[in-house]
Amino acid sequence: MNHLPQAWGRPRDDVYGPYDGSYLQNDGPNQHSQSPIVTGTSVLALKFKDGVVIAADNLASYGSLARFTDVKRLRKFAETSVVGFGGDVSDMQYLDRLLNSLDIEEAYGSTGHTLNAQNLHTYLAKVLYKRRSNFNPLWNQLLVAGLDGEGKPFLASADLLGTTFSSPSLATGFGAHLAQPLLRKVAPDEETASKLSLEQAVEAVKASMKVLFYRDARSIDKYSIAVVTKEGIDLKQDEKLENQSWAFAEQIRGYGTQVN
Amino acid sequence: MTSIGTGYDLSNSVFSPDGRNFQVEYAVKAVENGGTSIGIRCKDGVVLAVEKVISSKLLKPGANKRIATIDRHMGAVSSGLVPDGRHFTSRARDEAQNWRSTWKTPITVKDLASRMGGYLQMYTLYSSVRPFGITAIVGGWDSELESPVDGQVGSGPSIGSGGKVDSKKHGGPGLYMIEPSGIYWGYYGAATGKGRQTAKAELEKLDLAAGNLSLFDGVKEAARIIYVAHADNKDKEFELEMTWISNMDGPTKGRHEEVPKDILEEAEKLAKKHLEGEDDEEETKDDDKMEE
Repeated sequence: MNHLPQAWGRPRDDVYGPYDGSYLQNDGPNQHSQSPIVTGTSVLALKFKDGVVIAADNLASYGSLARFTDVKRLRKFAETSVVGFGGDVSDMQYLDRLLNSLDIEEAYGSTGHTLNAQNLHTYLAKVLYKRRSNFNPLWNQLLVAGLDGEGKPFLASADLLGTTFSSPSLATGFGAHLAQPLLRKVAPDEETASKLSLEQAVEAVKASMKVLFYRDARSIDKYSIAVVTKEGIDLKQDEKLENQSWAFAEQIRGYGTQVN
Repeated sequence: MTSIGTGYDLSNSVFSPDGRNFQVEYAVKAVENGGTSIGIRCKDGVVLAVEKVISSKLLKPGANKRIATIDRHMGAVSSGLVPDGRHFTSRARDEAQNWRSTWKTPITVKDLASRMGGYLQMYTLYSSVRPFGITAIVGGWDSELESPVDGQVGSGPSIGSGGKVDSKKHGGPGLYMIEPSGIYWGYYGAATGKGRQTAKAELEKLDLAAGNLSLFDGVKEAARIIYVAHADNKDKEFELEMTWISNMDGPTKGRHEEVPKDILEEAEKLAKKHLEGEDDEEETKDDDKMEE
C-alpha cells in the first residue's frame, strides 16, 4: 500500500501487477441499442369503406418467454387515430409518452386538434428516421390507422429505419409473411378495400389473427382490436380468439416426436 | 403613497424599515388595473372567466385568447400585464410537462400552484428583476378515477394491495390564486383585476363552500359576475371569455376546454337580462322617490 488514497483497498501492483484498466474502457461503439429486449409481435390492419380495422395481440415476450400477457399495443391518439406497435415495448412506451405530450401541446391552441392520422404518421416516421440516423433507433414497426385530411380511410406503416409504406392492408413482423397474403386476398387493391363492409374487414382481421396464433410462437390468443371511423374509435382491449381448431396440428410432420 | 421619495421603492430585495417590499405592492397596483378574471370551484368542475377589454376595434373578435390551457386538465387566467401572463402560462406548461416526465402522471392543481407560487416569489428577491404584474387564477380537475401511468402497457398485479387504499377518495376540483408576491391560496371562488371587489361580493353570495353549485349553474353565475363587475367600467367594450373543466362524467370529461358557443351565448343572454332587471329596479326606486 502507498500513500495514494486511490490505491487503497486495491490489489498491490508489486504483487499482482498493474490493474488492467482496459476493462473499464469502452473503445467500441454503443451496443445497447442494437437489439430489442421485451418485444411485441405482429400488428395487422385493413382498410374498409368507412375506416380502418387494426389488431395486435396482448403479449410482450422476453426472448421466447411469454413474459407479459396483458400488454396493450394499440394506442389511441386524440380520439381520431390508432397506432399499433410491434417491436420493443420500452420504445413503444417512450413513443406513447411522446405522443401524449404532442397531444397536450396540440390542445394549447384554441382551435383544438388539427393532427389527423396522416400527419401523425409523417411525424412518427420522422422521429424514427432521426433516431436511426443517430445510430440509436427506436426498435419498432408501427401501423398508423385513422383518416386523412379529406376524411378518407388512412393506413400506413413506419419502421425502425424510418421506412414508410402504405397499402389497403398492412401487417408487421411475422404477420408480414403469414397474414399479409390472407388480407391481400380480401383487399387486393384500394378499390376493393373501399367496397369492404365493416363486418367483412373485422372477420378477415380476426381470421388472420387466428392463423398467426397457430403459427407464431411469440403470440397469444388474447388480443386488442380497434375500428377507426368518422364516428370515432371503437377499441376493445380484452378479446379472445374464438373457435380455435387445432386439428391441423395432427397433420404436421417433420419435428418433435414424430419424425416423418 | 407613503413609499414615494423614501428610496425604499427603487429596488426589489430592499425592505422598507417597516418591513414592506414596495416593488411587490406596485405590481399589485398593475393587477388592479387589469380586466377582471374570476374562477368558480363547483361540485362537478371549475369555471374560469375573464372580462377581455377591447383595446381596438380592429382586433378580430374571439381571437387573442386570455385563458390558457396548462395541461389537459388545467387552465389559467390572469389579470394585469398580459405579457407577464403569457410568461406565467409558458412556465406553468413547462412545470406540468416536467412533472409528467418525472412522475408519469398529471400534475395536481395544488402542486402546480405550489410550483408557480415558488416561481413568482423568486421574482421578489433580486434587484435585477421585477415582480410579475399579474395575479393568476389556476383551475383544474384532478381525476377521481383510477388513472393509468403515462405510457403504461399492462394493468399490473390483479391481486395484492399494490399500495391502493380501497375507501380513499381521489381527485376533485382545484382552484388557486397566485399573487405577485408568490403567495397562493386555494379558493371556492376567486376574483382579481379591476372589478374584483364587486366580483368577490357576488361570489360570496353563492355559498360555494356548501358545495351545491353545479358546473352548468357555475357557468351562468360566472358570466353574470363578469357582466356585473364590468358595470363599473361601462365606457369600455369587452368580450367575455370562458373555459371550464368538468369531472370525468361531465361535458368535458376532465379536460380544460372552452365553454361551447351555445352555452356561452345562453349564459351571456341571462347575464344581460339580469343587468337590465337591476336597472329597472333602480329606476322604479327612483320613481318612488319622485312621487314622494
